[in-house]
This record gives sequence, structure tokens and C-alpha cells, in this order.
Amino acid sequence: MDIILAIVIGAGFGAVLDRIGATNPTWIGRMLSLKNLHLMKTILLAIGTASVLMFGGQMLGLVDVGHMSVKTAYVGVFIGGLLLGAGWAASGYCPGTGVCAAATGRKDALFFIAGGLLGAAAYMVTYPMWQGAGLLEGAATTLGAIPGAEYDSLLNLRGDVVGLVLGVLFIVIAAALPGKPTRGAPIPAPAE
Amino acid sequence: MPLNWKSGGVLLGLVFFLAVLLVKPIGVSTQFVILDGIIGDAVNPALVTQAEDGAWTSTNDYLAKSGGKYAKSVANPLNYSFLFVLAMAAGAFASALARGGNGAAENRAPALWRANFGDGAGKRFLVAFLGGFVVLYGARLAGGCTSGHMMSGMMQTAVSGYVFAAGAFLAAVPVALMIYKQEG
Repeated sequence: MDIILAIVIGAGFGAVLDRIGATNPTWIGRMLSLKNLHLMKTILLAIGTASVLMFGGQMLGLVDVGHMSVKTAYVGVFIGGLLLGAGWAASGYCPGTGVCAAATGRKDALFFIAGGLLGAAAYMVTYPMWQGAGLLEGAATTLGAIPGAEYDSLLNLRGDVVGLVLGVLFIVIAAALPGKPTRGAPIPAPAE
Repeated sequence: MPLNWKSGGVLLGLVFFLAVLLVKPIGVSTQFVILDGIIGDAVNPALVTQAEDGAWTSTNDYLAKSGGKYAKSVANPLNYSFLFVLAMAAGAFASALARGGNGAAENRAPALWRANFGDGAGKRFLVAFLGGFVVLYGARLAGGCTSGHMMSGMMQTAVSGYVFAAGAFLAAVPVALMIYKQEG
């Protein structure tokens, strides 16, 4: 069953990433250089939609809280984020979109994947250094306390309510964000 | 032209919701480690080994961490997360096929690159390679990437997701502004 779900959800994810322009470094670069935030609007709306559905579903008892998987927060998350951000901006690819872009026929994405395999291998070798420096220590923490989950919480608030409110906020920001902040022109109509 | 942000955002959000409803949150970058492990284990079979009690471990500390869960995935590549990434590539391939592909020039170097640096592909391939190295090193240090930390993390109100997104955009925006002066 898991195998079938991996194929169905994975294929859906890859197809949608391609259709929103995330496999195209031009759209990534326009977003990150703040020339055109259309893709940012898409991503924020996606996070908001997923959050509202998940936390709303949890409140109605339709979504299993046990399927959540919150990652640990530690200093290395921020340092790693900085590194990923720099490489993401330069190449126009992140791990998922790089693999998808290569599948759409982009040759530069094959070089990204090769570099990525080498970078991951370099981390596998240098991992003890980061661990020894204590930069990987932390706890899996959510903003509010999510009922039925064991995560630490930052605020003394109900986590599912926080998630629902933030989800709506993400959707509002997605709608409010201008597509082309530098020129003030509207986004061209969709071609689909 | 990509999908409008409204339909694209709802579709992408549905995929992330379905993943957490039916299985677990989406993540990709770990599978670069698993593929490295598979290649490494093919070259040197002593890399990943199974103890008598059935537990998997590795001579590499990173593959052996957390009770050898990565070592186990290396030994059994037909697991959910690895197949997910292969299926993701297949989905993107089918989508590109259905829209008629990217075109030969785009496949060598994207329009934004060509507008800033011309048609030569060699420099683009080098930047993509170096970018890939830094992205995956950073993703493994962070314990996740754009999908696992930023999208899956922030949708779950994970503090780590917000910390990661702050770091990623703090570096990405200045670098993009420096490199890509022309819009493309």
C-alpha cells in the first residue's frame, strides 16, 4: 500500500512542481531577486492550504495527528538554511525541483544532481565534526501545543488553533503580495 | 507560462495535505544520502552491514545514526521515501511531455541565465554543479530542504521550518540580486 501511495503522491508532487514553474530556474531566480513574486504567492498559498486542511481535519477528528513529523530545531538548521539558500539562488534548483527539472530534460539540472550527490557525501564524511561541535542538539518544537502530539511548544497556546490561524494568514499574505513589486504591473493571465 | 498562483497553490497544497493525511510529510533531500549510500555500498560492501539481531548499521557515522535508519534504507531502496522521489521525477517527466518540453535552448541553460550571461552552457553547468554541492551540504546539515523544512515544516507550525526558511531567504535574496541583474 505504501508503495502505491509513494508512486501516486510522488508523481502528483513532481507534476505540480513542474506546472507551477518551480522546475524552471528562471521563475526561481525572478522570485529570489524579488523581480516577480508569482511563485512566492503559489508557495505561500500551498503552505496555507495544506495547514488549514491538516489542522482543520485534526480538529474534526478526520486527520491522524500521528502522521505529523516535526523536525528538530538546532543551530545547524539555520547555518544549513543559509548554505541552501545561497546555492538555491545561484543554481535555481533545490533538491526536489532539481531532480524534477532533470526529468523534464534540463541538462544543467543533471550537473546540479551530480554536485548534490557529492555535497551530500561531503556531509556524510564531515557529520562527526558538526555533531562534536554541539551544533546538532535541539528539540522538535512546534509554535503551540498540538493536542495528541508529544512535541515541545514555544507558546502556551493550542497548537491546532495556531496552525489554523497561521494557515489562513499564509493564504491572506499570498493574495495580498504583489506579483511584480518592482514594476507594479499585474501578473499575466495564466496560460492553462 | 506556469499555472496561475491560485490554482497552482491549491494543487500544491493538496499534495502536501494528502501526503500527511495518508502517510507522512513530504521530504526529498535525505534520498541524496540514500543514493550515495547505495553507490558507496556497491563499491565497498562493508559500508552497510546487518547485525545478527537484524539491525542495520554502517561504518559511516551519518548512515549509522538514529539506530541505523539510513543504513536500513540503503539496504532496502524499495522504501516509501526513495520510491517517492523516483515517482516525483516520473511525474515531472510526464508533465513536461504533456506541455511539449522545454526546448533545446532552455534545456542547455534557462532564459534567466542566458539573459545575464549569454548562451554558453559550460559556465552554467559549473554553477549548477557547485550550487548542487552547497544546496545538498546545507540541506543535510539542516536536516531537510525546501520541501521537508520550508513547506512541510511551516505547514505543521514547526519552529525548525521557520528557522530554516529565515536562513534560506536571508542568503538567497542577496545572492540572487547579485547574480541576476537582468530579468530574463
